[in-house]
Amino acid sequence: MAVVSMTVNGKPVSVETEDRTLLVYFLREQLRLTGTHIGCDTSQCGACVVHVDGKAVKSCSMFAVQAEGANVLTIEGLAKDGKLHPVQEAFRDNHGLQCGFCTPGMIMTAVDMIRRKPKLDRNTIRHELEGNICRCTGYHNIVSSIEDAAKRMSGATS
Amino acid sequence: MITYPFKYKRAKSVADAEALMKAAPDGKLLAGGQTLIAAMKMRLASPSDLVDISGLKELSYIRVANGVVAIGAGATHFEVAASSEVARAIPALAYLASIIGDPAVRHKGTLGGSVANNDPAADYPAAVLGLNATIKTNKRSIASDAFFTGMFSTALGEGEIITEVSFPIPLKASYQKFPNPASRYAMAGVFLARTKDGVRVAVTGAGPCVFRVPAMEAALAKGFTPDAIAGITIPADGLNSDIHGSAEYRAHLVGVMAKRAVAEAA
Repeated sequence: MAVVSMTVNGKPVSVETEDRTLLVYFLREQLRLTGTHIGCDTSQCGACVVHVDGKAVKSCSMFAVQAEGANVLTIEGLAKDGKLHPVQEAFRDNHGLQCGFCTPGMIMTAVDMIRRKPKLDRNTIRHELEGNICRCTGYHNIVSSIEDAAKRMSGATS
Repeated sequence: MITYPFKYKRAKSVADAEALMKAAPDGKLLAGGQTLIAAMKMRLASPSDLVDISGLKELSYIRVANGVVAIGAGATHFEVAASSEVARAIPALAYLASIIGDPAVRHKGTLGGSVANNDPAADYPAAVLGLNATIKTNKRSIASDAFFTGMFSTALGEGEIITEVSFPIPLKASYQKFPNPASRYAMAGVFLARTKDGVRVAVTGAGPCVFRVPAMEAALAKGFTPDAIAGITIPADGLNSDIHGSAEYRAHLVGVMAKRAVAEAA
């Protein structure tokens, strides 16, 4: 057991946890931030994607102790002052989800993707989504959502 | 999924990591953890200690000079893929890094981790062997031909830590991968390099360990065209056979990927 300190969604946290606690369990069970989902637990599905120091990672594939001193952003930290993030807005407007289970990971991956590649075409979006699995939508509207969000965030009208 | 218990130690330097490993009864180095942590969750691995070398500044660099691309073992796949220096010097290497796993995996996974693990279907071993790279450790330098010794096994000794892989810049190179559509691991991947000394053809994914194809190398040295290797077949004997493809299928794929690589590097 050790006390792990990090910043989560802008707030400093210090919590005692086992060395073997995966970041996803730390977030969900110790911080009660249950927006980050566990879909497969074998690092394939991407439902657990969060940002650590500004990069999208699978929180089921790193230990909480590894995030000591890091800046962690989860789906709960995206909306500001009651206003949805543009990617969240775009998913709502484009019907980018059905059951919604994969959505937190999809959105965190999309935010990271748009930051790295502001100009996205549909083919690139599909390749960038290789680490995120959705079993409802067939991806079509997820791709449309991200395409729309990238346009909105670059200031162009969609 | 929860791993067996272990003690976590963050190394402050390579020397510190060496000391921590020495003190641990059954220690494992943790780099990106994208394979190791998955194996620990499946309880296929149960190290007593994890010595974390991720984020060490001394292992995180990319230098291009004197005809060599030298990459610190801690460089992530994302960093290699995004490096304009690597893309200029050896575009096939930057491309290879850009198609490993998925974006989240590439943000964590490292060159040193991939090479040390020597997964039969990993991408990097093909580049290391194909480009005749040198693996530098805290103790010595190892030539690629002597490094990969078998399935998940390498020439690395007890307490040995990869610090750098240096890739000689070829005249031209190409990496052609037929990925498993679910895992993105190579069903068969061919890294081909043309240098002033000749041609090297390295194959990953098809066998238990990355290997070269001397018959193709000799044929391509005489004439560098896809047709030059059209008649060369890889024996299916000893190749991987699983639900994703038979040994015969993989043997055929190697030929197809090799021809594509020649076409690109011509």
